Amino acid sequence: MTEKNLTVSNDQTVNREATRSEARYVTPPVDIVETDEGLLLMADVPGLDEQSLAISVDQGILTIEGKAVFGTGELLWREYSMDGYWRQFQLPETFDASKAKAEIKHGVLTLHLPKAEAAKPRKIAIETH
Amino acid sequence: MRNWDLLREMSQMQRDIDTVFRGFGLGRLLGSGFEAELGLRDWPRINLREDADHIYVEALLPGVDPDKIDMNVLGNTLTLAGERNAVDSEKNGRTWHRRERGAGKFLRTIELPVEINPDQVKAEYKNGLLRVTLPKVEEAKPKRISIQLR
Repeated sequence: MTEKNLTVSNDQTVNREATRSEARYVTPPVDIVETDEGLLLMADVPGLDEQSLAISVDQGILTIEGKAVFGTGELLWREYSMDGYWRQFQLPETFDASKAKAEIKHGVLTLHLPKAEAAKPRKIAIETH
Repeated sequence: MRNWDLLREMSQMQRDIDTVFRGFGLGRLLGSGFEAELGLRDWPRINLREDADHIYVEALLPGVDPDKIDMNVLGNTLTLAGERNAVDSEKNGRTWHRRERGAGKFLRTIELPVEINPDQVKAEYKNGLLRVTLPKVEEAKPKRISIQLR
């Protein structure tokens, strides 16, 4: 009997597909505006509050997720699904994720992402001789 | 040999198909879909529930000031009206990358399946979710009928 050599690759890089959840989810609509200061992202996540919403940044990928709790009773008419919210965005290097500020009010998430210092538009002074 | 009643088969199939689609709207077909707001469907989206004594309407109303939601009950019709303010693009915006959230006035009438008592309707707005509790009138509550044996 010949022995086979099994090579196991230890590929630790997290690619985008691996972070995708298997469960059903709802994609919340977002508004994204860019100003000189940075990025402003607003997402509609009704039913979520500070405890149930989770925002994380991993290797340039921003993930917004959370599961809302709905009432009890037999469903007669359903227009929206009650699966959790989940959405990911690829963040360019120009934004500084460590200085991000998030707040949630009335089921709307507002995320401020300031531009990294190096990326801000800068005026270059011209020296006169 | 038994006769296969074709008409009865077809009406049974019709009933089965109705059961699958009844009460699920179009949401079923979209699956784990995009909750797009700029579209042809009614806004706000609602889910309707019931138990023995109440009907519950759960509406998705993120970003709306609860004081500005106008809610009326007439007969067995519930009306929700109000306005959602748009993001102030003059102040904040320079470049829009995505604009998926809708804004503007909304008005929606919901016809309830049973008669309710308008005086005891309660509503709660929490985290963008509006939950309206409408008590059924006594006649609409399920009544247990006891069967007497002779």
